[in-house]
Amino acid sequence: MLEKELELSVETMSKYYLNYLDELESEAIYVLREVWAQFQNPVILFSGGKDSIVVTHLARKAFYPAKIPFALMHVDTGHNFPETIEFRDRLIESLGARLIVGSVQESIDKGRVAEERGKNATRNALQITTLLDAIEENKIDCAIGGGRRDEEKARAKERFFSHRDDFGQWDPKNQRPELWNIFNGKHFEGEHFRAFPISNWTEMDVWNYIKRENIKIPSLYFAHEREVVWRNNSWIPNSEFLKLEEHEEVITKKIRFRTLGDITITGGIESEADTVEKIAEEVAAMRQTERGNRSDDKRSETAMEDRKRQGYF
Amino acid sequence: MQLDNSQLLRFTTAGSVDDGKSTLIGRLLYDSKSIFEDQLEAVEATSKKKGHVGVDLALFTDGLRDEREQGITIDVAYRYFTTPKRKFIIADTPGHIQYTRNMVTGASTANAAIILVDARHGVIEQTKRHAFIASLLQIPHIIVCINKMDLVDFSEEVFNNIVSQFEEFSSKLLVKDIRFRPISALLGDNVVNRSENMPWYEGATLLHTLENMHISSDTNKVDARFPVQTVLRPQSEEFRDYRGYAGRIASGIFYKGDEVTVLPSGFTSRIKSIDTLDGELEEAFAPMSVSITLEDDIDISRGDMIVRTNNQPEASQDLDVMLCWLHANPARPRAKYTIRHTSNEQKAMIKEVLYKVDINTFDRNLEDKEIGMNDILKVKIRTTQPLMFDSYQQNRTTGSLILVDEGTNETVAAGMIV
Repeated sequence: MLEKELELSVETMSKYYLNYLDELESEAIYVLREVWAQFQNPVILFSGGKDSIVVTHLARKAFYPAKIPFALMHVDTGHNFPETIEFRDRLIESLGARLIVGSVQESIDKGRVAEERGKNATRNALQITTLLDAIEENKIDCAIGGGRRDEEKARAKERFFSHRDDFGQWDPKNQRPELWNIFNGKHFEGEHFRAFPISNWTEMDVWNYIKRENIKIPSLYFAHEREVVWRNNSWIPNSEFLKLEEHEEVITKKIRFRTLGDITITGGIESEADTVEKIAEEVAAMRQTERGNRSDDKRSETAMEDRKRQGYF
Repeated sequence: MQLDNSQLLRFTTAGSVDDGKSTLIGRLLYDSKSIFEDQLEAVEATSKKKGHVGVDLALFTDGLRDEREQGITIDVAYRYFTTPKRKFIIADTPGHIQYTRNMVTGASTANAAIILVDARHGVIEQTKRHAFIASLLQIPHIIVCINKMDLVDFSEEVFNNIVSQFEEFSSKLLVKDIRFRPISALLGDNVVNRSENMPWYEGATLLHTLENMHISSDTNKVDARFPVQTVLRPQSEEFRDYRGYAGRIASGIFYKGDEVTVLPSGFTSRIKSIDTLDGELEEAFAPMSVSITLEDDIDISRGDMIVRTNNQPEASQDLDVMLCWLHANPARPRAKYTIRHTSNEQKAMIKEVLYKVDINTFDRNLEDKEIGMNDILKVKIRTTQPLMFDSYQQNRTTGSLILVDEGTNETVAAGMIV
C-alpha cells in the first residue's frame, strides 16, 4: 500500500459512506444491471403501483445515458382504475419503452381460466395464469418485480434472483442460496426467474425515495373525494364491477389508496394527505400494515405463500 | 422520522428456538415500535390459541407454512426496522448444524452478528459454530447476547463466567470486535431499554450498540476495484460515441482523471468521467453504482475489472479457497464447475482438498476428503483463465466466489479466497 493511500484511508473514513437510501438505490441498480447482463429477454412487471414505478425509475438510472432496455409488462385484469391505465400509457411514452399487455379477459375468453363466483369474487388469482402465459408466449426469461420482503411473511424469504420451474412455480424450501452479491441466474429452457431489485426496501423507504427523487405517481395515492362502500373493514371504491349487497350504501368520502391493485380488491383509507410529503408523514405514523387493506391477502394465513408457489407476482 | 444521513446496518442473528432468537427479534421489533397493529392482533390471537400467557414475541417471526407448523426456521428470512438513527436489516437464520448453508448466506452480507448464548447453559457447541462462521465470513462486529439472565437471577458472576468462556475459545478466531451484553429478550432487559435488574452492568443496551457502532470504515476504502457489469452504448443523437462501463464499485475510491488499468488485458488509460443520471461526479466510492468512461478506446466487456494502476489485485489460475458446500449432492472428484467471481465467470475445477474443518471444535481433519452438504473445507481450485482477486480478508467482494453445477445450474458452493 502506498503511503499516500494509507493517509487517505484514515482521513476519509467518515466522509465516504452512503446514507441508507443511496445504499438501497445503488443495490437496486446493481441488481437491474445483473438482470440485463444475465438474461436474454427480461421485462419489468408493471402494475402502475408505486413499487413498480420506483423500479422503473431505478432502471432509468441503471442504464443512463442509454434508454431503459427492458419492455414493461402489464397484466391487465380488466378491473382497473382508469387512472392507472392513463398513467401507464403516459409513462411508456415518456420512456420510449415497449409495452406488453397480458389480458385476463383474453384468458377467460380463451377458456384458460374461469371467472370466480360469489360476492367476493375477484380476478386476483386468475392473473397467475395470464402472467405465466404471457411469460411463455413472449419468451421472457426474467420478470422484474417490485416485491419487497417487508410486505408479507412469504416474501421475507425471497431471493433477489428467484428461480421458477417450467410450470412457473416457486419452491420456497428449495431456493438457491444467495451469497454476497453474486447472483446465479442460470436456467434451462422454459424456466424463468423473478428478480426483485427493491427486496430490501420498506414501504417507508419507498415513500422517502419518491419524495427525494420527485417521482410522479398516480393521483390515486393522494387524498381525493370518491364514491366508496364499507366492506371487509376498508373503503372499497364503487365501480361497474362492484355488486352491492342489500345493506351496503355508496357514499362519498375523502380517501386515498395505500397500495394499488384491482379496483375490486383495493381498499382505500380515510386521509387528508394530498402531497408526497404528507403521505410520507402519514405512513410513518401508520399503525396498520400496508397490505392490511388488501382482501386478497386476507383469505388465509398463507394466502400469499400459496399464490407465490403457483407463480404469482 | 428518519434522518437523511442515517446509515444502513445489516446484521445476522443465529440461534435455535431454545436460545430465544425469535423472541429477541420480536422484542427488538416490538420495543422499537416496528410492529403494526394488525400484526400484533394476529399474534395475540395465535398466542391465545396456543395457550400462552401474554404475547408470544417469537410469533412475529413466523414464516412459511412448514415453519409455522414445525416451529423452526428453515430458510433465511429478512426483517426490517428503523430507528431515528439507523435502518436495520436482520438476516434471521436457523442455527442448527444442518442449516450451516443458511447461516453462511445470512453472514455473507452482514456488518454485525448477534450470537445468542443461553445464560443457563453457557458456551455450547452451537455457540462456537456461530462464532466460527461469523469469523470465517469476516463479519466485522460480533455482539454476544447472553440471554435469559432472568433465569439465573441476573447474576453478574454467571455473565462474567460466560464472557471468559467465550473469550477463551474465540482467541483462536479472527474477529476484530466482540462485545458482550447481558439481556433478557423475554422481559426486555438491555434489549431496547436498560435493565433495572442488573445495576452492575454499565454497558450499552443491544439496540444502542447497533445504533452507534462505527461501520463506515468496515468497507475497504483503499483498493480501488471496479468490476464491469455491462457496457452502456446509448447510440442516441446526444451520446453518439458514448461508451460507459456500468458497475458497482467493489472497494476503494475512484477520482476523475485517475490513471487506471483494465484487467485482464492490462491496457492503461485515464478516467474521463464518472456518470450518473443525476450528473457527473468528481469521485465515487464503494458501494456506489456508476458508469465510468475512459480517455482511450479500449476493448472492455463484462467480467473485466478496472483498477488503479498503482494498486492492482492478484491474478492467478490457482486459488486457495475456504469452501462451504451448500448442496445436497456431494462434490464429484475433479468435476468441472462454473465459477462466478464479481461479474466474471469461467470454468473451474476443485483440484485438491487440503483439509476439512470441524466447525464445532475448529479442528482440521486431514484425512476426510469427501465434500458434502454443509462441509467447510480448504481446497485448491484451478480456473481456466487467471482470476483477478484480493484475499477475502482484505476484500469481501473481490475475495468471494460461488460455484455453479453445470448439470443442474444450482449454486453448490461458496468460497472465500485465502
